[in-house]
Amino acid sequence: MPAVQETVERVKRIDVDQYRYGFETLIDTEKAPKGLSEEIVKFISQKKNEPDWMLQWRLEAYRRWLTMTEPTWARVEYPKIDFQDIYYYAAPKPKKAVTSLDEIDPEILKTYEKLGIPLREVAMLEGVEPKVGEEDPARRKIAVDAVFDSVSVATTFKAELKKAGVIFMPISEAIREHPELVQKYLGSVVPTSDNFYATLNSAVFSDGSFVYVPPGVRCPMELSTYFRINERNTGQFERTLIIADKGSYVSYLEGCTAPQRDENQLHAAVVELVALDDAEIKYSTVQNWYPGNSEGKGGIYNFVTKRGDCRGANSKISWTQVETGSAITWKYPSCILRGDNSSGEFYSIAISNGFQQVDSGTKMIHLGKNTSSRIISKGIAAGKSQNTYRGLVTAHRKATGARNFTACDSLLIGDKCGAHTVPYIEAKNSSATFEHEATTSKISEDVLFYCIQRGLSQEEAVGLVVNGFVKDVLQQLPMEFAVEAQKLISISLEGSVG
Amino acid sequence: MALLEVKDLKVRVEEREILHGLTLTVNEGEVHAIMGPNGSGKSTLSHVIAGKPGYEVTDGQILFKGEDLLEMAPEERAAKGVFLAFQYPVEIPGVATMNFLRTALNAQRKARGESEYSTPDFLKKVREVSKSLNIPQDMLKRGVNVGFSGGEKKRNEVLQMALFEPSLCILDEMDSGLDIDALRIAADGVNALRSPKRAMVVITHYQRLLNYIVPDFVHVMSKGRVVKSGGKQLALELEESGYAQFEDAA
Repeated sequence: MPAVQETVERVKRIDVDQYRYGFETLIDTEKAPKGLSEEIVKFISQKKNEPDWMLQWRLEAYRRWLTMTEPTWARVEYPKIDFQDIYYYAAPKPKKAVTSLDEIDPEILKTYEKLGIPLREVAMLEGVEPKVGEEDPARRKIAVDAVFDSVSVATTFKAELKKAGVIFMPISEAIREHPELVQKYLGSVVPTSDNFYATLNSAVFSDGSFVYVPPGVRCPMELSTYFRINERNTGQFERTLIIADKGSYVSYLEGCTAPQRDENQLHAAVVELVALDDAEIKYSTVQNWYPGNSEGKGGIYNFVTKRGDCRGANSKISWTQVETGSAITWKYPSCILRGDNSSGEFYSIAISNGFQQVDSGTKMIHLGKNTSSRIISKGIAAGKSQNTYRGLVTAHRKATGARNFTACDSLLIGDKCGAHTVPYIEAKNSSATFEHEATTSKISEDVLFYCIQRGLSQEEAVGLVVNGFVKDVLQQLPMEFAVEAQKLISISLEGSVG
Repeated sequence: MALLEVKDLKVRVEEREILHGLTLTVNEGEVHAIMGPNGSGKSTLSHVIAGKPGYEVTDGQILFKGEDLLEMAPEERAAKGVFLAFQYPVEIPGVATMNFLRTALNAQRKARGESEYSTPDFLKKVREVSKSLNIPQDMLKRGVNVGFSGGEKKRNEVLQMALFEPSLCILDEMDSGLDIDALRIAADGVNALRSPKRAMVVITHYQRLLNYIVPDFVHVMSKGRVVKSGGKQLALELEESGYAQFEDAA
């Protein structure tokens, strides 16, 4: 497993406290004043040149948000957030109107280069060599939308995608250019009233990605969005909307990083997926927000609402997530299985180390007939972290023949961390078949010693065992990212033993 | 210079002394059998040589090729040529045996400043060795020891021994859990690795294993000491008279 060795080499080069992506980019930014008010909502909408319907939508969400309270049911603890102490809009100040990549601030380009994200339209991710017998590298292109603080700074391969009929652009552009699609689908999966953070997002979201795949089209390349929070005290509220029309297919990946800062930063995103008849969406996340330092200071609060609607018959939505970052994660990518014979999948690796707190899982809501869902969750807790899987599987009374299989495995490293499993299962239709399996294990000293006796260091041994533990889920990721994720896992567990 | 010199070794586990001054010298090319009843400290000795945590050496020393072994991290000892074949090899789910072998072999080579094996060279080597041990290729694709029979686990240990080419092999109760046929295959594998440059320490309860792996020297351990040493016939004597006579001597 060369990737493991590479990982370990990288791990050795960094200090325990050092987060690889912790650097800051020094550029001019334009910010709205701190705090939240109707004026700020209007300011954001105006900055984006939005039509009036969009502004009204935001204002309605804002007014509703004022009546709501923060949820407290998750197994996470943090000081109360002062929502008036956050910047809701920050954008790199353009030196002039940007028409091509060459005109983007070189500092920003450098940032993405450092992160290993290709904004130039190169065929492949850095460091991934095509293997003998594999398809032509030119066919493994990845289109990238890069979101820097509140705005999208670049979207690659737009022209080529357009030829296939695929729309891939910042959502702020889509609101102006494809209002009919946005109006039809925005908020149709996660309504503005859904929950405290989703409602906040609806009021102030600044950018994110929009994807529309027309009927019968198989999207010719992987689509991805990289989110980067740079500015101090800034919240990131992105909104992603992906629509797969009848019989289409799309695979999408998001990646996230942020600089190392002492204060906590809020990230409250909303992702909505809509799959019509016979369509399939595969959504993968590699989340590596700054987790805070070894004393638990700083880090991102990741309060995210992600939901997919299998609206059409025989549709399929698959979530795969690798969660290694954030001080606090509150996130439940879910599937509404509305269409008959539709299916939902959730594959998750959630790693917590240091003082990180993770409360994550999924909801599989079976509404249609013969719907099926599958949940494979791997939680790994190290250091002094707390790692909770929270999942809901429910069958509506009309969901005849609904099936679910759930397997939740937790691995503990050390004796100061905790793993928790909170499954909710409701079947209102007697023909539903739900299976739930859960295991919790500790990484055993005997297994580590066995590996070490064969020449591996302690860290290499932990990396190897953990990579084995999460293998089922890693296999679900697109190949290029599986390698990245494997590295990330070992880096995240740096200093977890001993 | 002896390959391994254990001098007056005293070892404690949680305040209780297990080895009370053990001395043992092993030269290149020699096969030593260590026999003794349960609780005599045989496995403790093998663990201390390999560097398993949880043992406190209170006195004495262990020299390996003239170097102080106790100063080295366990993975360093492995890279220098110390191999312990475990009594109960662990299972590592999700880690394909082939990957494990390659990761470990390259880690050792790297520690010695040697270049890593290329994929084709590595595969060639594994195929050769596994063929001679009658290990099917399919087994190498499975998770390390996951779902392996007792015999397969022990053969996997011998496979690693053959791949890593250590200068000292310690076989801890290799016969436990094996039927006669499985024992013969594993022992044949071990015998094929005997060489003038390599020494072996075979730890066992029973004389049976020594019919297959014939030792040059036999040591009897009791209560944390070597109480008698001799040639291979000592094992046969033990088989007849049992360990009881040594319990008092110790």
